[in-house]
Amino acid sequence: MAKPLDEDSVATLPAPAVEPESPAAPRLMTLNMGPQHPSTHGVLRIMLELEGEVIRKAVPDIGFLHTGIEKECEQKNWQQAVTLTDRVDYLANLSNNLVYALAVEKLLQLEIPPRAQWMRVMLAELSRLNSHLVWLGTHALDIGAMSVFFYCFREREDILRIFEMFSGQRMMTSYIRIGGLALEPPRGWEKRVGAFIRAFPSKVDEYEDLLNANPIWKRRTQKVGFISLEDMLDLGVTGPMIRAAGLKWDIRKSEPYSSYEKFDFEVPSYSENDVYARYRVRVGEMRQSARIITQALEGMPEGDWRADDSHVVLPDREKMKTQMEALIYHFKIVTEGFRVPAGEVYQCIESPRGEIGYYIVSDGTSKPYRVHMRTPSFGNLQALGIMLKDTLIADSIASLGSMDFVLGDTDR
Amino acid sequence: MTHDAILETREAFGEVTVIADPGRIVDLCRYLKSSEKFVRLSAVTAVDWHPGEPRFEVIYHLHSIDNNARLRVKCRLSGNEPAIDSVCEVWRGANWYEREVFDMFGIQFRHHPNPVRILMPIDWEGYPLRKDYPVHGHKYDYSQE
Repeated sequence: MAKPLDEDSVATLPAPAVEPESPAAPRLMTLNMGPQHPSTHGVLRIMLELEGEVIRKAVPDIGFLHTGIEKECEQKNWQQAVTLTDRVDYLANLSNNLVYALAVEKLLQLEIPPRAQWMRVMLAELSRLNSHLVWLGTHALDIGAMSVFFYCFREREDILRIFEMFSGQRMMTSYIRIGGLALEPPRGWEKRVGAFIRAFPSKVDEYEDLLNANPIWKRRTQKVGFISLEDMLDLGVTGPMIRAAGLKWDIRKSEPYSSYEKFDFEVPSYSENDVYARYRVRVGEMRQSARIITQALEGMPEGDWRADDSHVVLPDREKMKTQMEALIYHFKIVTEGFRVPAGEVYQCIESPRGEIGYYIVSDGTSKPYRVHMRTPSFGNLQALGIMLKDTLIADSIASLGSMDFVLGDTDR
Repeated sequence: MTHDAILETREAFGEVTVIADPGRIVDLCRYLKSSEKFVRLSAVTAVDWHPGEPRFEVIYHLHSIDNNARLRVKCRLSGNEPAIDSVCEVWRGANWYEREVFDMFGIQFRHHPNPVRILMPIDWEGYPLRKDYPVHGHKYDYSQE
């Protein structure tokens, strides 16, 4: 045993910075996770208070990707702002285009032809597949199942090529515009989408073969990331998280938009309310999306792909060269944009992540007066603190991934 | 019993808007949650009508899953030190939304558990979504171009 220090030598030592705690009191350690942590999928910072390996408190800190999109929307004219909505949720950009277009069309009381509506549904569902594939690949990668990532990104590449075929862009498509679509659907799109969607269900089988019965995957995800349904509703959580807790609430069914009521699909739901159930819900949604796309493909109505309103929709190139009126409208729409009657609307749709709702206020001019984006990632992330409380730090990655947030969507 | 908290009701595009007395907002929200089953608070946001008066509108988007109904509750606040009671005790989810409104519009939420900025840096000056806030920010210097 060491010789105890005498009084004098103790006096020369610096005083201990903190009072030594009694062995009974928990020793907490503060750990800063992010904003550059790879498994936070973007710039999310979480302050964790740890007792050993158990998280006692988790405080998410957001705003690192705030780009002022809402403020910028107020500077653009109505049609230009479509390009900003792509950048909000960069994994489901067509969903954002769609909700914005629907909201403005509600204010304009614009009738969209059936072909454009069905085309929008098809593209929004492709966008959902795209988002769920990225989610599944990266989520599995986080937990250690690397091969799933390659399979998922193989199919995602096909979807991005389809987007490129339609709009000329892989990610920031801006293809759904106020009044219809940006361009006429390209020649041969049916063949391309058809080939993809016929093969897709067998691809989902491949993912499920890799994961469903995988003992490591199951033990990493089952009974992990629990949060009660009451908490989730109270905190504003939406989407697959809610459906994995047993509540069959999907805006496509409860408040159908863009003729979703004409499609036959189911809403997958599970009651286990853990990371595994959320995975099963999203995989189920992929199969349902494939069903919707197949129906859209088979029953695609003929007709125009944009509304018949010369105040909003640009005229045909051919008409511009022969008709004075068309030239004037083209000039007016391009130079100052169209005016939207004063009023306010809230339009929500079911994005891959949950309820995305745009609250739009117009003061009757050619620019939006206010655009508020109620994004699903913002609402979902708010529940993170409660979900991570009293769980193991090793499970936090699985729990985080199961929320499927996009930081661009959170911070806007 | 909370009907006197409602000043005006409007309907447009199939959406119902209730304009409420800002002083009674917590009572009204509690009533709507417990009696009218508006279990979800979808979002809280604000609109700046500068230079009009009352300058600010705080907007609550409510949703009832059971009744499949949506409701918009709106409170008007004056531009001079705008403040309203927080509804965090009714829906915990209001926390971040109210912080965002404070961050972007400078509207104070009384009795908020954590009234600090959420998206902008903690030491930011000014409120970006106000109409008198320049789009490039106050620190932007045009002579540098």
